[in-house]
Amino acid sequence: MKKAIITVVGRDTVGILARVCTFLAENQANILDISQTVVQDYFNMMMIVDTARSSTPFADLVGGLDGIGKELGLQIKCQKSEIFEKMHRI
Amino acid sequence: MLNISEVLETNKMIQDENLDVRTITMGVSLLDCADAGVGATCEKIRAKILRIAGGLVRTGEDISREFGIPIVNKRISITPISLVGASCCRTPGDYVTIARTLDRTAGELGVNFLGGYSAIVSKGMTPSDELLIRSIPEALAVTERICSSVNVGSTKTGLDMDAVRLMGETVKATAERTKDRDSLGCAKLVVLCNAPDDNPFMAGAFHGVSEADAIVNVGVSGPGVVKYVLEQMRGADFETLCETIKKTAFKITRVGQLVAQEASRRLGVPFGIIDLSLAPTPAVGDSVADILKEIGLEQPGAPGTTAALAMLNDQVKKGGVMASSYVGGLSGAFIPVSEDQGMIDAVNAGALTIEKLEAMTCVCSVGLDMIAIPGDTPAATISGIIADEAAIGMVNQKTTAVRIIPVIGKSVGDTVEFGGLLGHAPVMPVNRFDCTAFISRKGRIPAPIHSFKN
Repeated sequence: MKKAIITVVGRDTVGILARVCTFLAENQANILDISQTVVQDYFNMMMIVDTARSSTPFADLVGGLDGIGKELGLQIKCQKSEIFEKMHRI
Repeated sequence: MLNISEVLETNKMIQDENLDVRTITMGVSLLDCADAGVGATCEKIRAKILRIAGGLVRTGEDISREFGIPIVNKRISITPISLVGASCCRTPGDYVTIARTLDRTAGELGVNFLGGYSAIVSKGMTPSDELLIRSIPEALAVTERICSSVNVGSTKTGLDMDAVRLMGETVKATAERTKDRDSLGCAKLVVLCNAPDDNPFMAGAFHGVSEADAIVNVGVSGPGVVKYVLEQMRGADFETLCETIKKTAFKITRVGQLVAQEASRRLGVPFGIIDLSLAPTPAVGDSVADILKEIGLEQPGAPGTTAALAMLNDQVKKGGVMASSYVGGLSGAFIPVSEDQGMIDAVNAGALTIEKLEAMTCVCSVGLDMIAIPGDTPAATISGIIADEAAIGMVNQKTTAVRIIPVIGKSVGDTVEFGGLLGHAPVMPVNRFDCTAFISRKGRIPAPIHSFKN
């Protein structure tokens, strides 16, 4: 399993999740978990995905999601999960 | 399983609090590049650096993109060049030829700086050490990316006062030679005592002879992160304060450890050390001075500054040590003046003097750093400042350094702009009393006694 964390931060609009999930499906990235909160109209979403079966280079996933974010006026990041695991788990 | 608040905390550190990996520095041994001719030595040096460090910049960029963490600098440190050039360099000009080769090679690779235009003369200078030192002003004037350092003493050997005297003159000559650029050459020249072999930070980085053929060292940063958590701790007792700094240092260092291991694996070069330094930048919010203010000082330099800095420095190390498998380099809070907006403000407010900075260097890494002084400061006075700082390092068994810039044509009240990470600095006053008779004495200050500590 190659875990990555996708975070979406920005103003809540219709269809954010749909766009991100469609992109992930097209790139064979499997969604393992989704959590989200809306604070003062700001949408915070975290998605844990497995990219092991994706043939798309990781940098292209990062770039593709960043592009969708720009289109929707949001910030979408895709990062390998180790940075969070290392920081928050001993 | 990770939760959303942990993920958002990490990303907030990166995005809002300037968390970054300050540098991946690849150490490369050039001992096997020594040859009888300057041209052949240069060819071997170039070939070896390109072979070992060819993938450094691309790998750094890949890691940065994949993990979403900025890696600000990609650098190379090399064997002190006075050793590599000893068999072929007959004049300072020969060393400058090597400097030009190094600079061109660093440019080809796209690295930000290359450190190791250095000599280790803790106890005495060989003829090649002296030639190298005499070539420094020219080498730093005609190159862009080269950093130079000279180690003039250690706890075990004492201080080489002949080298201290020569370095005062060399700093002054470097300032003269680069006076058209506000004496910028001096920002790339540091005089050290107890220099570590594995320091990833410039200008003092070199690849010591105790190191393997190639190694990856990483310097982390994150003053902004520490400052932010302390903002939530106003009025808390020292125990709470220290625990908070330790936990934060742990988190910051773990990112460095991850980057170091990834870089090591991808480059096929062993992981050396993480340097646990809190390294500020001129960016607002990325300041060690701001942490000191948050701890409770009106300005750095106020009474209590040395104690606050000692505590900060110690907690950063305590938190960071557990986060990394190998720790080394300088490992402490940096207190450069020009690279830290809070320090610049403290100088402008009249709160911070060179003497107080000297006291602060007794308890933290690394020394009098990036301090602009009047251009008419005599070489002997600069040597005196170097000797004082080296003595602190020698007696206290720690690394100390001097990177001061006598800005030719400028005096107290003027400001100097170095640009980029080097920042800008107000010219600070220097004690005008003379030390020429002391500095003119020949020989060494013996190593200090290691008993009867008082």
